[in-house]
Amino acid sequence: MDFFIDRLPLYLSGAGTTLVITLLGAALAFVLAMVVGLLGTLRNLAARAVATCYTETFRGVAALVLMYWMAFAIPQLTPYEIDPVFAAVLALGLNVGAYGAEVVRAAVNAVPPTQIEATVALNMSWWRRTWAVVLPQAWAQMLPTFGNLVIELMKATAIVSLIGVADLTRIAQEQRAATGDTIAAFAGALVVYFVLAQLLIIGMRLLERRANRRLGRLPASDSGLWSLLRPPPVTAAGGGR
Amino acid sequence: MTWDWEFTGKIVPDLLDGLVVTVQATLLGYVLALVLGLAVALARRVPVLGTAVFAVMEFIRCTPLLVQLVFVFYLAPSYVSAFTVGVAVLGVHYAAYTAEVYRSGIEGVPPGQWEACRALSLPAHRTWGAVVLPQAVRKVIPALGNYLIAMFKDTPLLFAITVGELMYQASRIGGVHFRYLEAMTLVGLFFLLVSVPSAIIIRQLERRYAAV
Repeated sequence: MDFFIDRLPLYLSGAGTTLVITLLGAALAFVLAMVVGLLGTLRNLAARAVATCYTETFRGVAALVLMYWMAFAIPQLTPYEIDPVFAAVLALGLNVGAYGAEVVRAAVNAVPPTQIEATVALNMSWWRRTWAVVLPQAWAQMLPTFGNLVIELMKATAIVSLIGVADLTRIAQEQRAATGDTIAAFAGALVVYFVLAQLLIIGMRLLERRANRRLGRLPASDSGLWSLLRPPPVTAAGGGR
Repeated sequence: MTWDWEFTGKIVPDLLDGLVVTVQATLLGYVLALVLGLAVALARRVPVLGTAVFAVMEFIRCTPLLVQLVFVFYLAPSYVSAFTVGVAVLGVHYAAYTAEVYRSGIEGVPPGQWEACRALSLPAHRTWGAVVLPQAVRKVIPALGNYLIAMFKDTPLLFAITVGELMYQASRIGGVHFRYLEAMTLVGLFFLLVSVPSAIIIRQLERRYAAV
């Protein structure tokens, strides 16, 4: 325990780096997911082809491989060096954006067709229909999955330690090397990761609740350790115990 | 520097060796995740044990796989190979996810099926083995399939604990020849070559079982 308290500032600075990469990666992934996801719902064949190519490619390649390619292959192809943090954000954002695009596409397609018919009857433009009718309804649907993706992204940022970025994982490895105390060094990092994830879960829950209140439907999803504190929902299979 | 085809040809055999290790680690870890995940899903239905198992699984799901791998690798005694550590950690990590999938499948079995079992006074092992699990597992096959691809894409992390898989080979080649472009690009291509066809197969499975 003393081991960890002495090194708390170090771990917190590592956690800060982890959080910055998470937020930048999530922002990039969000923009990509929205643009590509909406492209995927268009009638235009070329737009859908672009969307499919993007999602299939970046869902198929591991983020670590992408990151290594950007950090080591791009300097070899071009005269530019790529900052490791930038390479990490780009690789993670492109990767998670591909998953997010599928989420957006599915949520938009799940908006009831009568809503679209109503916008056609009112002679709304595509922009106005998407912005004012489709997205507000799709938003509540995609939020829980987006939340899970952000937590996945946060955990995936651990790979940046492999290209030398001083994130939480890197700090833990350095402390292990310096002191030889494997359990303390890594247990500290694992606990910090766990706390970060639980905070993200709580944040997503608040967002979800707001989106649902506005629409007046869909209960918020139940996840995270704090769901232990409330009684479990009554399920149909409960009778078989 | 630009792309060198001769060099590319020379490194392909080494990378294929790595691909074999990657696929082996994925499949072994996946089998472990499937079996352990079912055990966890069932254990979660036991009152006190279930809460403890849930807390442990939540911790595993909320912390990075890479840190878990390195942690266990350093803790494990020296006679345990890096490959074994890699497969075990991958399997346990993904069991936390597959357990949730199984759980949703079990909860999705209609209550009428439970009542019918009770009406026929079937013993517990028959209720689970012959009625509930066959229906629950069939329904979650597509979701379980997706984790196979997710796991395949996580195996490059094993290179951090010196398992000689694809990423390890590419990184070693890059380090020896100071050329990362060809090796890293090939790794990306290999991943696409394996994961895109698997995704198509899983989609077919999904279509086949969707009507059940």
